[in-house]
Amino acid sequence: MARSMCWHCQSAITGEYFCERCVKVQPVSKETDYFTCLGLARRLTVDVNKLEAKFYELSRAFHPDFYQNKSETEQAISLGNAATLNSAYRTLRDPVQRAEYLLDLEAGAVKDIRTTPPADLFDQILELQETLDAYRETDRTSDPAKNLRAQLEEAKTALEQRQRDMEAQLARLFAEWDALQDRGEANDQTRSMREDILKRMRDVLSNRTYVKNIVNDLVATIG
Amino acid sequence: MARIVGIDLGTTNSLVAYMKDGRPCVIPGRAGRAMVPSVVAMTDNGLIVGDPAKEHLTRNPARTVYSVKRFMGKGLADVQSELAYFPYSLSEQGGVIRIKLGEKTYSPPQISAMILKELKQRAEAHLGESITKAVITVPAYFNDSQRQATKDAGMIAGLEVLRIINEPTAASLAYGLQQRTQGTIAVYDLGGGTFDISILKLKNGIFEVLATNGDTHLGGDDFDRVVADLFVKEILDGYGLDVTQYADYMQSIRLEAEQAKIRLSEEPATRVILELPEGKGRYTRELTREHLEVLTNDLVERTLAPCRLALKDAGLTVVGIDEVVLVGGSTRMPLVRRRVQELFGKQPHCELNPDEVVALGAAVQADILSGGTTDMLLLDVTPLSLGIETMGGVMSSVIRRNTTIPASAKEMFTTYVDGQTGVDIHILQGERELVRDNRSLARFRLKVPPLPAGVPRIEVTFLIDANGILNVSARDVRTGETQSIAVKPSYGLSDEEVERMIGESFKFAADDLKARQLIEARTEADAILHATDKALGRGRHLVGEEELGMIRAAAEALKRAAAGQDHKAIRAQIAEMEKVTHHLAEVLMDTSLKEALENKKLSEIT
Repeated sequence: MARSMCWHCQSAITGEYFCERCVKVQPVSKETDYFTCLGLARRLTVDVNKLEAKFYELSRAFHPDFYQNKSETEQAISLGNAATLNSAYRTLRDPVQRAEYLLDLEAGAVKDIRTTPPADLFDQILELQETLDAYRETDRTSDPAKNLRAQLEEAKTALEQRQRDMEAQLARLFAEWDALQDRGEANDQTRSMREDILKRMRDVLSNRTYVKNIVNDLVATIG
Repeated sequence: MARIVGIDLGTTNSLVAYMKDGRPCVIPGRAGRAMVPSVVAMTDNGLIVGDPAKEHLTRNPARTVYSVKRFMGKGLADVQSELAYFPYSLSEQGGVIRIKLGEKTYSPPQISAMILKELKQRAEAHLGESITKAVITVPAYFNDSQRQATKDAGMIAGLEVLRIINEPTAASLAYGLQQRTQGTIAVYDLGGGTFDISILKLKNGIFEVLATNGDTHLGGDDFDRVVADLFVKEILDGYGLDVTQYADYMQSIRLEAEQAKIRLSEEPATRVILELPEGKGRYTRELTREHLEVLTNDLVERTLAPCRLALKDAGLTVVGIDEVVLVGGSTRMPLVRRRVQELFGKQPHCELNPDEVVALGAAVQADILSGGTTDMLLLDVTPLSLGIETMGGVMSSVIRRNTTIPASAKEMFTTYVDGQTGVDIHILQGERELVRDNRSLARFRLKVPPLPAGVPRIEVTFLIDANGILNVSARDVRTGETQSIAVKPSYGLSDEEVERMIGESFKFAADDLKARQLIEARTEADAILHATDKALGRGRHLVGEEELGMIRAAAEALKRAAAGQDHKAIRAQIAEMEKVTHHLAEVLMDTSLKEALENKKLSEIT
């Protein structure tokens, strides 16, 4: 923990979130990342049951409900800690948000990831956009519309399969990354391996968002 | 720590509950009824609340306010479509609706405060101690303005509102305590004016809300309305009488529609009898449950879309729901129960009284806050996305809907012009893309030191607290200085207005026991005099001259007593009045029974 002194009794803090001497709650430091906050190693594969159990345990420690009779300072700390805890849990519970967060921690600037179409699907997607536009302008009950609809249905099935493939691909990359971290080596070779995995994860994530948007578009149009 | 009570401030009825030996229980009034009708009437004797005020709905409709919850945190434009249904006069001032009662106008929080005061006094009389702290429930789908208005009402009533909690989650606390349930539950809450659906995960005493959705303008009131509309149309067609011009009569129709609806939850058919105004005869018809279901089907359908959305947001399908719980008086309707059962594929729970379960849950939450219950914890969510206006009138989301609260988010702001000294921020709530389709919550101006464009960096923190209410703070990243922000609510009272109303409420309050007893006695005197007049109108032929003389004399004596200041004298005359009208009441009862029976025979024949 980055924090070292209790805000109340000024003694050195050894406990996790409470001062061992005066038992006052301590603010979660701004430098504490979500993994640390929830007592997890910085890994992409997470035991969700363990995550939930820790979240519940810390909720019982921080929630403002339990600080009603405490001082204003403690109430403010409880509110801030509970809000941070909730953000941490929400981020780590979702595999993609978790990956984006970890990528950001390890390599920075994940927000800059643009959504790009998968290179191999580029032509296909252009075509699909045209079909979508044509379908939107056609009378839904007409024969051409039925034909277009069939094409869209087919594309939707294919893209949904692609989504599943990308999820599997991500899961494999997560495992690769975690294995590399577990080795804990810091030489040129592991560094370049890390870079490589990071790049591949970014690619999958940016493709994934793109495909998700198209599928949402399709669902909205053809149901 | 002082005792904290739990209050269900409902559209139609309100209740107060507390924790007694580890169990929540509602506090009954003197007459033994737990529910206080959420009705406030301005009479010549002063303001009255609850059951006695309810009698004024038909006698004095322009000065009797009901369903005020529908106006909380709203502007006049929001309720334009239903203005015709309310007999009292509404206006707007600074984005807040004002209700005219006699010479003065009142904001919805002030009217709600009168109901809260009644509950507060009820609790104080029952528990024999002063009550100053409360947990108050609101529909889960209430937005920030509506929650704030509820909190304001509490303050005006002299209550420190320690927590605003959501009605369906309160209900789940009561159920959870009772049944020690584990797993995923759906709470379907259809009340007098609002609908909520919440999906929760219950595990080891943690009540984690996964998603919530609803409609703050859909409830029993709307069901009554479609039935009343039918009566109005048939009276117009059959008697050529447009009853919509009689405000008092419209209330009789609305109340009769409500009663018929309630009876049809138990019986397959019921008879509706309405004496038409100005002696135009009597409107009577048989209404079947089947017919009611045809009339209300669309309304019930409207509750299902929010259920599906909530399931989707929770990442679940109906298969993932272990239990379904019904809350709110409107869930007594068989049609509602059927539709809910069809949607979730499960028999819904309704073991706890759907009218009381929310107040009971509020009492449990109150006990958690006071440190009594330590093994249960509620983790609720914010029902609507919070955002800010960006270029081009688009809303940019800052905190997504269904985020566990407390929740916070930080946004960085800078300037576009050299030397710019302020940045205007417009906060919104809602799920739509464009600003104009969402709810405006508040505006404020961020102070910025005059510097070249893009250099200032002001970090704004949006924090939604455990009440679901937004707090905003700002910090200059360069200097580390924090600045206080004066937020101007779009549809709410300013802090100064609330302060002023608290002051007024103390000034005008009939808190003084004597004044209160006098008002109550006078109100009761009014009611009995009114009822006697009506009874004599109908049953003059049933009493002899001597009896009539006695009744008239007693009525005069009661009027004289009511004009005085002694509540005991009024009570004595009321007792006398009851004695001399006893015989009249009895014979009238017999006659109306006979009439009712004759009616029934007539309907059976035809």
